[in-house]
Amino acid sequence: MRETAFPEATQRAAIEVAGLHVAIDGQPLLDVRELVLDGPGPTLILGPNGAGKSLLLRCLHGLIAPDRGTIRQGGVAMGAAHRSCQAMVFQRPVLLRRPVAANLDFVLRRQGLGRAERRQRIAELLAEGGLAGKARQSARSLSGGEAQRLAILRALATGPEILFLDEPTSALDPAATQAIEAMIRRAARRGTRIVMVTHDIGQARRLGHDIVLMQGGCVAEHAPAHVFFEAPRSEAAKRFLAGALVI
Amino acid sequence: MIGNVMRAGMFALALGGLGIGAAQAADDPYIVVQSTTSTQNSGLLDAILPEFKARTGIEVRVVAVGTGQAIKNAKNGDGDVLLVHAKPAEEKFVAEGWGVQRFDVMYNDFILVGPETDPAGVGGGADIVAALAAVAQAQAPFVSRGDDSGTHKAELRHWKAAGIDVSAASGEWYRETGSGMGATLNAAAGMGAYALTDRATWISFGNKDGMKVLVEGDPRLFNQYGVILVNPEKHAHVKAKEGQAFIDWLTGPEGQAAIAGFKLEGQQLFFPNAK
Amino acid sequence: MQDFAQEFKSAAALILAGDPELWAIVLLSLKVSLLAVLIAALIGMPLGAALGVGRFPGRRAVVIVLNALMGLPPVVVGLLVYLMLSRSGPLGVLNLLYTPSAMIVAQVVLVTPIVAALTRQTVETLDAEYSEQLRSLGVSRLASVPTLLWDSRLALLTALLAGFGRAIAEVGAVIMVGGNINHVTRVMTTTIALETSKGNLALALALGTILIGIAVTVTGAVSLLGLNDDRGALKHA
Repeated sequence: MRETAFPEATQRAAIEVAGLHVAIDGQPLLDVRELVLDGPGPTLILGPNGAGKSLLLRCLHGLIAPDRGTIRQGGVAMGAAHRSCQAMVFQRPVLLRRPVAANLDFVLRRQGLGRAERRQRIAELLAEGGLAGKARQSARSLSGGEAQRLAILRALATGPEILFLDEPTSALDPAATQAIEAMIRRAARRGTRIVMVTHDIGQARRLGHDIVLMQGGCVAEHAPAHVFFEAPRSEAAKRFLAGALVI
Repeated sequence: MIGNVMRAGMFALALGGLGIGAAQAADDPYIVVQSTTSTQNSGLLDAILPEFKARTGIEVRVVAVGTGQAIKNAKNGDGDVLLVHAKPAEEKFVAEGWGVQRFDVMYNDFILVGPETDPAGVGGGADIVAALAAVAQAQAPFVSRGDDSGTHKAELRHWKAAGIDVSAASGEWYRETGSGMGATLNAAAGMGAYALTDRATWISFGNKDGMKVLVEGDPRLFNQYGVILVNPEKHAHVKAKEGQAFIDWLTGPEGQAAIAGFKLEGQQLFFPNAK
Repeated sequence: MQDFAQEFKSAAALILAGDPELWAIVLLSLKVSLLAVLIAALIGMPLGAALGVGRFPGRRAVVIVLNALMGLPPVVVGLLVYLMLSRSGPLGVLNLLYTPSAMIVAQVVLVTPIVAALTRQTVETLDAEYSEQLRSLGVSRLASVPTLLWDSRLALLTALLAGFGRAIAEVGAVIMVGGNINHVTRVMTTTIALETSKGNLALALALGTILIGIAVTVTGAVSLLGLNDDRGALKHA
């Protein structure tokens, strides 16, 4: 089922991580020997707090330069050119102190679009995010769910090949979470590669095509979702899933 | 939103325009006169300067500070004419080459004012030295300018004549404000203290609360004003022609008549005596 | 004391009747202080923004010095500007002493540190919130400065107001470099000082009332502007 949901996704170049190491004050925080993201559907990164999930995401997006190691896409080292084809949504949405529409206009303007074209795109995006009536409202007065939807719309407005999301629903109620998961699914279906961090196992089950489990800065297991949830190979995954069930 | 930005921008532009206007208004010929607070606070200069301007077209800009500071500013070249009242200091100013020549202009007199209750019992006297000795004897509060002004210098001469070392009493009954005549009178009114003031400032002073004139008429209280052109040889930018025109007018018949004609509450404050 | 009430009444009448001399003084005060704030903004805002987003050795020391300069004593500034602009000083040839320009210079010196320090603080705080997101969107450090300035516009407006308040209420510096010359450099604060020294306390107080009125009006006008601009932003600022 899942495989057929992402028809054109299989043609995309793989992201290959090798020997990635980040330490702060001599304390190793991230140590990923090898990770290849080449699946067609959303990659969900799971793990307990402090496992290095967000750090890995920031390295992949180029916000943090690793002490050692390489990140390649399609065999080419990741650089600024790649970042322009990526977008990231943070745990707490960072919205500009401007009206909703102006937050989208900010990125569309950077793409050099004309006024009419931008207006058209803004209308489409707001409709996609269910914010059509809020264009002129201050972005800072949106509810938590609306704000995160706007942050995702703004990320999508850049037309990214890869969309990184860092626990985008961790502060939201179930209804708001559902709306955002629907947006992510639609984006994935349109061909955007999704790499998303979550600590919510249920969410990983709902969205994930493949799952990366992080523990202590290392990748404990990387497997297709059905394998990970039904027949985890690593001890860490077994314990994590069991612990989660207890909670 | 954009409307507001435009409005703010236009506001800023309008302000800029106002500023340029202010700068351009300064093109008329003018001189700067370093003078004392007594000539300004009494209203004398405000009253007579328009006559000079009407006559010559020269605007006189008065910087009113203590005599000491006025002389320093003039030495720095920050004025064209000096109009103050401390004859020895003025003569020194000329002798050192800072000024061209000193001319007598007018005089007024100093008076001793104090609380109506008069704790030192000096009221009605005409001997300033004896009165100050009595104030010191009673240790009654006395407020001094303490600012090296002409009035302050005159006051110190009288203490010296009375044989009293006021510096020993400084901070006790002898209090130095280090400010202008008006501020010093305000302080005296507030403390119920004695003070030596020029009559002009006293008459025009608006806050006489419980105070009155106690000693007047002593010839030693004579207060002579002099006028000096700042030496263009020291400061080439001095507007010698306009400055000299002002001095000629002030010491000439028209200026002298204007000084005599200036009255406050029916009293003549300054007595012209140019030679 | 009944004299005082009487005098205050006549002073109030003078103000309400629109006495031209009085209003010329008020207008000059506004001109000088608003221009000073405008110039201080042009210098202080870029400086503050550069300190807010820039990282260079000695930055902390510069920030500490800047914060300390917010409390510059006006009399000291007046003295320094006097010594600079005096005919015997290095800038004497400009012939600016005892002109409104000299007063503007003194107020710019007083206000620029306030604008720069408050801008630095505002921009740095907002940068901490925005920097990752802006980098993610591909905005360079330099290009993020206009975004940060625009998005902190309300706080910056408040910084300008603080500067304006300092400028228009200040007397020590402007009386020294302006000379309190009638019709040329006499502003509200120096008039208040003069009238106080003449013992005209009621007139001085009446002028003080106008001064306070202007401060309240300007503050009110700016906060209204802010409200119209972006209600939500003000609420969340």
